[in-house]
Amino acid sequence: MIYREAGQFRTTYVADQRIFPITQDRVAMAMLLIVAFVVVPAAASNYVLTALLLPMLVLAIAALGLNILTGYAGQFSLGTAAFMSVGAFAAYNFQLRVPGIPLLVTFVLAGLVAAGVGLVFGLPSLRIKGFYLAVATLAAQFFVDWLFTKVAWFSNDSPSGTITAQPMVIAGLPIDSPARRYLLVLSIAAVLALAAKNLSRTATGRAWMAVRDMDVAAEVIGIPILRTKLVAFGISSFYCGVSGALWAFAYLGTVEPQAFDLQRSFQILFMVIIGGLGTVMGAFLGSAFMLLFPLFLNWVLHLIVRTELRPGLLSQLELVFFGALIIVFLVVEPRGLARLWQITKEKLRLWPFPH
Amino acid sequence: MAFFVEVLVSGLLAGFMYSLVALGFVLIYKASGVFNFAQGAMVFAAAVTYAGLVSLGWSAWVAFAGSLLAMVVFALATERFVLRPLVNQPQISLFMATIGLTFVLEGLSQSVWGSEVRGLDLGIPDSPLELKGILVSKFDLVAAGTAAVLVSVLAFFFQKTRVGRALRAVADDHQAALSVGIPLERIWALVWAAAGAVALVAGLLWGSRLGVQFALTQVAFKALPVLILGGFTSIAGAIVGGLMIGASEKVAEVYLGPLIGGGIENWFPYVLALLFLLVRPDGLFGEKRIERV
Repeated sequence: MIYREAGQFRTTYVADQRIFPITQDRVAMAMLLIVAFVVVPAAASNYVLTALLLPMLVLAIAALGLNILTGYAGQFSLGTAAFMSVGAFAAYNFQLRVPGIPLLVTFVLAGLVAAGVGLVFGLPSLRIKGFYLAVATLAAQFFVDWLFTKVAWFSNDSPSGTITAQPMVIAGLPIDSPARRYLLVLSIAAVLALAAKNLSRTATGRAWMAVRDMDVAAEVIGIPILRTKLVAFGISSFYCGVSGALWAFAYLGTVEPQAFDLQRSFQILFMVIIGGLGTVMGAFLGSAFMLLFPLFLNWVLHLIVRTELRPGLLSQLELVFFGALIIVFLVVEPRGLARLWQITKEKLRLWPFPH
Repeated sequence: MAFFVEVLVSGLLAGFMYSLVALGFVLIYKASGVFNFAQGAMVFAAAVTYAGLVSLGWSAWVAFAGSLLAMVVFALATERFVLRPLVNQPQISLFMATIGLTFVLEGLSQSVWGSEVRGLDLGIPDSPLELKGILVSKFDLVAAGTAAVLVSVLAFFFQKTRVGRALRAVADDHQAALSVGIPLERIWALVWAAAGAVALVAGLLWGSRLGVQFALTQVAFKALPVLILGGFTSIAGAIVGGLMIGASEKVAEVYLGPLIGGGIENWFPYVLALLFLLVRPDGLFGEKRIERV
């Protein structure tokens, strides 16, 4: 009854092209943004801000990137964390070696460097497909890890390859408190999410989807395959690079190359799958789920198992449950949380009437 | 020159060890089109089960049978609770499900058998043997022999037996296979059980080499370049790919490694396989895809 689009007519082209064509959606989105930008930084504790919301938003940006590549353009990649790593180390080196460079410019440059690396590792995608490509992107993963550990120049001769991000300052304003860091990451995430949403509605986005659905057919109707795939790799890596830079600068402060290992790539892949392939919202839902669920599981298990067990047993049981849940999730709702949300909306249109 | 040959031979023999792991991947991919990421975890689980049973005082053969049984049970459970509900889902969903399976298997085997490193002694001496002036590890020879036997058995099985023919039919087209009365579910359970047996053999050999520990799950990453080099669907490809990766990895580590800082064995095989793929996108022996609009 509340959520109903009856009577809302689109009388202009502009109205027809809106991202949220229904008034209720726009109101809900505006309220969500107000809560995220105003209420949360004021009300949330430092723990929630730094330990939950910051990593959630940062990883959601990477998930957006992977979603562009896998969800929209249909190319598997297991190299997400490698591109994050490139972003983090690039941002560090720009700050270190270019005096007086503005922070936001650094992030953009870091994203561009990651995009360049992504283009190189995306080149084989013209020839190879599916799992061959997924395994090939592992090359990026292992190579980048090795490069940053072995070549000391990247980490400014730090013995273990660890870098400590410089303090963040934007236009003289130090970004040091949790609330300010949160707002910075949130703003970047919001801008990038909007960009991703709009990208998916442009000619490029439609070309990606055509390539995803059937690349031979896409080629036949005149879509330049190589360019389309490479643009997807580049933009996806740009997102990952920005995410990596934020991971280093806004979230942890100190990172080592091993922070961006294969497990991180899998984590982001899970976010995309569980959130919903090919949806912007899915990236955020999936990232929230992937970070909150282990905490929840831990809490529940501690609640049930009160006695002292063999050390490590609980974390191993957690692993079992986590794996089982992923399988259950794939079986029950293979199209992810975003699909559940869509079903809810369909139901809401009729509610509370049965027909 | 003798040194070069020695490096080459040790690389080739190490390649057989990679092939053993890659073989498990190929079996499952060939029969069900699933890229089974859990193969590494299966190697670990099989090895840790064997080592655990031996430490309970079981004799080697009984423990072997016991771990084989465990792998078969695992295969049946996987087919019933993971594969069957996910029929007709996109490949990436199945792939993700096997990652979930990896977590389950790793967690389960560690919570049953503990996470400490166990030694595993198969009674094969790891002593060097001199053949025409070249030092070769006896253990490597046994491993290579095992791999060769396993491959011949599997090749025979796939080519000549009734079940093998059914397997190839399923690999070719699920629906067509079903329509001529091939029991898809039984075939899948069988393939996963066979992959479990291969994982057990691989786990025993790798386990006695490295010790039975969590790092065994990482051998899967050694097998992946082998897999894309040889082709996902070729048993012979797994062997040839393994030999090529093993040999070139060792040679590169010895001759190229010092020039650029060492430690390149993690990524070198991948880059090598990638270069190969640019020329032959389906691997050396993979099935040619014919794409139609």
